Amino acid sequence: MIKRVVVLLTLVLLALVFSDLVLNYIESPVLSPLGHYYATNGPAELGAANLVTSVIVTYRGLDTLGEVTVLFISAAGVGLLLGRREGNAAAAQPRKPASEIVQSAAQLLMPMVFLFGVYVFVNGHLTPGGGFQGGAIIASGILLLLLAQPYAVVSRRLIGITESLSGFSYVVVGVLGVILAGGFLDNRIMGLGQFGSLFSAGAIPIIYILIGFKVGSELGSVLDRFRAGDQ
Amino acid sequence: MTGLPLSTFALASGLALILIGLLAMLTHKNIIRMIIGFSLVDTGIHLVMVAIGYVTGGSAPIIDDTVTAEQAASRIVDPLPSALVLTAIVIGLGVTAVMLSFAVRIYRAKRSLSIDDCAESKW
Repeated sequence: MIKRVVVLLTLVLLALVFSDLVLNYIESPVLSPLGHYYATNGPAELGAANLVTSVIVTYRGLDTLGEVTVLFISAAGVGLLLGRREGNAAAAQPRKPASEIVQSAAQLLMPMVFLFGVYVFVNGHLTPGGGFQGGAIIASGILLLLLAQPYAVVSRRLIGITESLSGFSYVVVGVLGVILAGGFLDNRIMGLGQFGSLFSAGAIPIIYILIGFKVGSELGSVLDRFRAGDQ
Repeated sequence: MTGLPLSTFALASGLALILIGLLAMLTHKNIIRMIIGFSLVDTGIHLVMVAIGYVTGGSAPIIDDTVTAEQAASRIVDPLPSALVLTAIVIGLGVTAVMLSFAVRIYRAKRSLSIDDCAESKW
């Protein structure tokens, strides 16, 4: 009882703080100075039509490398926690097969889902989207496969190779930026191309393709671990 | 324009989501429900950050035919909070995945998802 009262009291006090924030909030009529810098210099400096992408991949590229590392560590943690179940796999209850609708839909949709994921991360510098979103779409395709075929074997070796190669190449592209351009993860290691076309914005599409593969394989392996972990 | 601006509404919804998530985390005993509460807090924080990045009358920070590079500085919303939220979403996803796998391990060991059954390591 006392615990409940304390919880409610805490939340009410927090709500008071929050209501102050909401009531005194004034919508900003102009960009912040940093946002203004990105908006005025971003297109000419980096050549990416999507300014969010230019912030993520180049201006704050090191953050994104850290983010990819966090995702890798969490995928490794899930593997560590749920991975040791190989021996008992046969003793687990048999899994129900998926209904025919799901199976047919999976066969029809799988190639399209993968293609859409690739489209999203290849066009990350032009349209809303990018490596993380495209990777998540690819992982949803893997989830569809796992739902439709409960006994499908996802090759962990293939996932591991894809993940390691794309992560390694990402760092290599970053180091190339130090050698050929202004700094780590600088995208101007190749020509910026024509603004707004598919082959533009220097190394940004390459980095986003690598991130897309890495995120897709990591999320796919997480889903596969959870599948193996259910029993 | 009359009434509340859009970003105030988004800000209020985000803060309300944070409160609902905290309530769920503090009152429920079931681990899965606590994880759902964490996800709600996470989403609320993202909503708050995006709301703060909104600029009156701004459009998406993408340069094309309608928003040209010359007018970009006066017509787009702040790209920085959007980028930070993208990072935060991915990290929230990773944290949720690790929490769920801990929940699976706890269920395997105790055959229960109640937090009351995990009391033996209390000091």
